[in-house]
Amino acid sequence: MKRIVKKHPLAIRWFHWLNFPILAVMIWSGILIYWANDVYKLGWNDKTILKIFPDSFNKALNIPFRLAEGMSLHFFFMWIFAINGLLYVLYLVFSKEWKLILPNKRSFKEAWIVLLHDLRIRKDLPVQKKYNAAQRLAYTGVIFMGFFMLVTGLAIYKPAQLYWLCAMLGGYQWARAEHFIITILFCLFFLVHIIQVILAGWNNFRGMVAGFEVIKGKDLAVAKETEAVEHPDNSQNKTN
Amino acid sequence: MEEKLVTAAQVRNKTLVSLFFLLLFIASSIVTWNWLQKQPKEKEALKPLRQALDANESIFSGMFSNYHLVKTYPKEMAAPKVRVNGNAGMSDDFDPSTWKLKLIKRPGDTVFISLDEIKKIAKTEIIFDFKCIEGWSQVSHWAGVRFSDFVKYYGLDAQAQLQFTGLETPDDEYYVGIDTKSMMHPQTLLCYEMNGAPLPLNQGFPLRLIIPVKYGVKSIKRIGSIYFSNSRPPDYWYERGYDYYCGL
Repeated sequence: MKRIVKKHPLAIRWFHWLNFPILAVMIWSGILIYWANDVYKLGWNDKTILKIFPDSFNKALNIPFRLAEGMSLHFFFMWIFAINGLLYVLYLVFSKEWKLILPNKRSFKEAWIVLLHDLRIRKDLPVQKKYNAAQRLAYTGVIFMGFFMLVTGLAIYKPAQLYWLCAMLGGYQWARAEHFIITILFCLFFLVHIIQVILAGWNNFRGMVAGFEVIKGKDLAVAKETEAVEHPDNSQNKTN
Repeated sequence: MEEKLVTAAQVRNKTLVSLFFLLLFIASSIVTWNWLQKQPKEKEALKPLRQALDANESIFSGMFSNYHLVKTYPKEMAAPKVRVNGNAGMSDDFDPSTWKLKLIKRPGDTVFISLDEIKKIAKTEIIFDFKCIEGWSQVSHWAGVRFSDFVKYYGLDAQAQLQFTGLETPDDEYYVGIDTKSMMHPQTLLCYEMNGAPLPLNQGFPLRLIIPVKYGVKSIKRIGSIYFSNSRPPDYWYERGYDYYCGL
């Protein structure tokens, strides 16, 4: 027999996996649009360390001269991104899942311990529920990033009608840069997310696919130990 | 958290079923993408995406208002060197000295208007952040007559009720169609000056459009003729896959 525990509700799994193709199309079409005015770079004044994006990158992916195509894709899939995100947030609110994902008072302190643990510097981990402190910060952060993606996108989409929104973000070109920076942050999040999922292993991954996690031997032992303390007559079941 | 005791076989089956659905989802995403790429094109945009662009127009044109003005800047902030982009319709065989604006009030009722006559209408200046559809923008300084003042001056109230205004270069090589509501916006100018001097030839001398509530593609240079219509006039960049509305 195996002991399983429910992890991610079906709705959350759908919201999660839908983001994958949606973001792929949004980032791809965003790159097609960015090419038409590819002014960002790493460097200072006249010195350029890295042009974003390098010509070789554009050439390899056949990006040049596809602005119209990029815009038509972007302005269709933006709706799917927005609706999926909105439904996800509504679901978090009404299912009370937000309690598991929003950082609490301890999260900011504990996130450091989690970070040190994940970097193999510390051994112990604070007690956690569904998400550890670092996950709470990261996943809440990415919800805010999605929100700012919509807000900055809207500001550069309708800078005249939403002049106040554009002004709040520091003006048209700043809003465009912010939209771009959030995209980079999304890509970095994705990278760390993939690494963490690989490191966490199959059982954790299955949680986002099938919705449940199997409580492993060691955890089971811990669970039984607690049980044993609470009900001493069951102590012969202790497995260790 | 809710715990359950199940057999190893149950765990395996539940996992396999869910994995199957995940693979199905990934496969259908790819199939949908390939289907989209194979759709016929309407004005160079894939048909479903063209429909989305048009739907976006009906949604976002609802927030358009003559009271929503683009931000204006002090004169010192205007760029001395104004960017020149695009030369469609700017053919070399153009003689500015014989130019007159061809105003087609209705089919068969055309008037020709000289620049001096246009200059009799009250002059309006604007210094704003000109936004190109490519993504760059530049604060620049323009002057001319409000299109709404021009409409009043020439008694075009009936024409201004029509949904669209069409504008073409004298050689018909560049042409735009704009919803008349946006044309009547108080910051839309029939423009004849840049940085306090007559327009340079490459910026559309003698007369160009400056329409801050649209991307620069709609700010046609060297206007030859203006007409009004209830159906979309042809539009150069629309025919090349861009959004018709282009409203900011």
